[in-house]
Amino acid sequence: MHPFSKRQRRILPGFGLSMGYTVFYLSAIVLVPLSTIVISTIGIEPERFLAAVSSPRVLASYRLSLSSAFFAAIFDAGAGFLTAWTLTRYRFPGRRFLDAFVDLPFALPTAVAGICFATLYSPATLPGQVLSRFGIELANTPAGIVVALIFIGFPFVVRTVQPVIAELETEIEEAAQSLGASRWQTFRKILFPHLFPALLTGVTLAFARSIGEYGSVIFIAGNLPFKTEIAPLMIMSKLDQFDYDGASAVAFVLLLISFIMLLVLNGVQRWQQKAYR
Amino acid sequence: MSIEIQNITKRFPGYTALDNISLKVATGELIALLGPSGCGKTTLLRIIAGLETADVGSIILENRDTTNLPARSKNVGFVFQHYALFRRLNVFDNVAFGLTVKPASERPSKQDIRDRVMHLLKLVQMDWAAKRYPSQLSGGQRQRVALARALAVNPKVLLLDEPFSALDAKVRQELRRWLRKLHDDIHVTSIFVTHDQEEALELADRIVVINKGKIEQEGTPQEVYDHPANSFVYNFLGNVNVFHGRVRNGKVVLGQPLPDERRELNGHEVKTGQAFIRPHDIGISKIRNGNDHPGVIRDIRLTGSQITLELESAGFDTPIEAEISRETWRNLELSKGEEVYITLDKARVFTGDFEI
Amino acid sequence: MQQRQNHTASPSRTPAKNDPLAVQAVLIGLTLLFFAGFIFMPLALVFSQALSKGWQLYIDAIREPVALEAVKLTLLTASIVVPINAVFGVTAAWAISKFSFKGKTLLVSLLDLPFAVSPVIAGLIFVLLLGSRTPFGSWLGDHGIKIIFATPGIVIATLFITFPFVARELIPLMESQGREEEEAAITLGAGGWRLFRMITLPNIGWGLMYGMVLCTARSIGEFGAVSVVSGHIRGMTNTIPLHVEILYSEYNYTASFAVASILVFLALVTIGVKTALEQRLEGSHNTRH
Repeated sequence: MHPFSKRQRRILPGFGLSMGYTVFYLSAIVLVPLSTIVISTIGIEPERFLAAVSSPRVLASYRLSLSSAFFAAIFDAGAGFLTAWTLTRYRFPGRRFLDAFVDLPFALPTAVAGICFATLYSPATLPGQVLSRFGIELANTPAGIVVALIFIGFPFVVRTVQPVIAELETEIEEAAQSLGASRWQTFRKILFPHLFPALLTGVTLAFARSIGEYGSVIFIAGNLPFKTEIAPLMIMSKLDQFDYDGASAVAFVLLLISFIMLLVLNGVQRWQQKAYR
Repeated sequence: MSIEIQNITKRFPGYTALDNISLKVATGELIALLGPSGCGKTTLLRIIAGLETADVGSIILENRDTTNLPARSKNVGFVFQHYALFRRLNVFDNVAFGLTVKPASERPSKQDIRDRVMHLLKLVQMDWAAKRYPSQLSGGQRQRVALARALAVNPKVLLLDEPFSALDAKVRQELRRWLRKLHDDIHVTSIFVTHDQEEALELADRIVVINKGKIEQEGTPQEVYDHPANSFVYNFLGNVNVFHGRVRNGKVVLGQPLPDERRELNGHEVKTGQAFIRPHDIGISKIRNGNDHPGVIRDIRLTGSQITLELESAGFDTPIEAEISRETWRNLELSKGEEVYITLDKARVFTGDFEI
Repeated sequence: MQQRQNHTASPSRTPAKNDPLAVQAVLIGLTLLFFAGFIFMPLALVFSQALSKGWQLYIDAIREPVALEAVKLTLLTASIVVPINAVFGVTAAWAISKFSFKGKTLLVSLLDLPFAVSPVIAGLIFVLLLGSRTPFGSWLGDHGIKIIFATPGIVIATLFITFPFVARELIPLMESQGREEEEAAITLGAGGWRLFRMITLPNIGWGLMYGMVLCTARSIGEFGAVSVVSGHIRGMTNTIPLHVEILYSEYNYTASFAVASILVFLALVTIGVKTALEQRLEGSHNTRH
């Protein structure tokens, strides 16, 4: 024991109580339940685990979840950056209104978003018909899944990039211009590199969220085996057949992917913080 | 209420904030803890208040060991650098807070609380703002409310952490004088922390100079200014010229060592060190008188009531700064580029182990 | 909602040199196009579909007993979940923002775990933990307690899903406010409870409300996790989103959108309250210096 450890008391009250409760509640609601996935996966014989995880149908679902999340995140990078830019830098009527509605995908229940997109782009409604005349089919296709995920991921990009654009110092731009740079050069060489870490953080967030997304996707996806089944749906259908082991196995891999994303995100955020210090 | 700080040591990961500090403060004194930022002075103040715990040592308030008393029972008034007013309470409730949280048996009646708060607000000239919120006040006003709030509980001692550092120059000076007057009126034992030497010199009865967790010197403002104990204190208090200097045969010699002296150096007859002289202690004349150094005026600057001369002299690798009164300047009719004679008799040399 | 919602650009500052008007027009046009396609069209669709067969059918769909049961269960869930997670959020934020201790970074990342987990997995873990086929679940069943495929399961899954919202809002807010006010309060003799009630709680009021609004919105709208643990017993364990799904899969589109319009209405209220709170919240962050 440290000879003076008696002196190491906390000045403000309530540390023990608040810390104790935090750890207890975190364990009860999050850590213990999450560990069941690991525990029940360990309980499965390796061959059965591999069979469950590497069946062609499951593999196709992982591929679909990752690729559609990826394309949606890329689209969100553009749309989100554009929106953050115009909402922050330009003054136009309705700007505050639009700004508030950036959060709609957060606020709107995913199931509602799901049935909206499914109906909007079904062959029965006008937008769907117009798009199919141009050869674009969204209902029951991976493209439709991407559309739903674009909606879900959009606010993450905007809300991450927006504050950084707002804090851009006008002097930097003025300095660049006084040195003879054109507006486009200033943007490309000065502003964009400065905003890039934030953009990457936002895109990673959108991507991570999209991998596990369920409610907004299943309606427009049509859930055709090998074609439009996403990974969370595979878990769902295994559960419906009371195949708990299979569900755990599929979930275990998905969880692993999410944790890897979390680590990547951590790295990106640390880089972002460094960039803006 | 006297304060006795005994052998306080506080280590943080990587460095020692306070290294065996002992200090006595007499009842009714106003003490300044003066030092550069990061020297440990604020940590010491927070330890006295119980907002930090020392690794070793004790704090005695009026012969009672309060080292292990929790901050809420110490009855110490603390004024924070950034005021720390309660933003959701108005000025009145801020000042009344310490009284209203007393246990029912000790709590004054509502009317008494009211009277005491209004009395204090009048004392700090803030009675007109009782219903305002902190965000509606200027920095100086917030500071006065913070002071009233700390005084409301009749603290045994008052501790102020950089009380004026967040204010602009003019308000700072006003508030400084006002605080000195207030202290003369109410006589509560007070310690304040500052990195501003002027503030310490003007306000304090006694100054404690701290550096790197150790006390360098303590004494009245005059003592520490006129008789700095070491080179750090000399440097930290007031403007000063620093030269290479040495002591030869008990006499101070300034400037770079001359070639023939080098040998003596090796023979340990000469000690090198740093010499200090304040700009206003430098004598300037047009007539040579033995002990002085010839120099050239490189620049003349008007600094308020004084004139600052920048001088260059052979044997000194840095320019010498001298301050003379306007009157002297006029009498000597000095101009740029002119040759003068510089007297450095009042210089003091610190060689590490002794000084002259 | 992973990132702290740090709000909107200060409108007073205009960029050094505005982009050429043509560029502005094109970019604003593109933004509007995106909003039209992805935000406003879906919203408009909900109401047009809901009312496509007239007001009478709309009102009937909402007043149907099964729909009302779903509303009741949803509100019950939210009214249990939000207070519990709010208390947790305040407690966790107090421990994390007012004290320094080892492992703080780890604790903060653990708080975010539910955001990283797919809603379906969030449901699955409680089936694995408390379902009737598990030892613990069957023991509970023997004592007449049913959790999975019943209301408690929905509540627990929603607790998990909305777990981080309040804490996430409060931690940065309380960190920016520092601990000076609390320290001032204890030097003035205040004890723990008074200090919290008189100083801390008023200071974090808006942030707490903001977090609770987000928590409420999510607990009302959660679909994936609740879908796993509910077992779809009509009129028994259906929340509003689940009811919407059932109607939709029964090809009863009008009724489905009618019930969905309740959720859209709540989402719009959430956005409104959120926007209003954000403006007040800016004042709560420390603005010294």
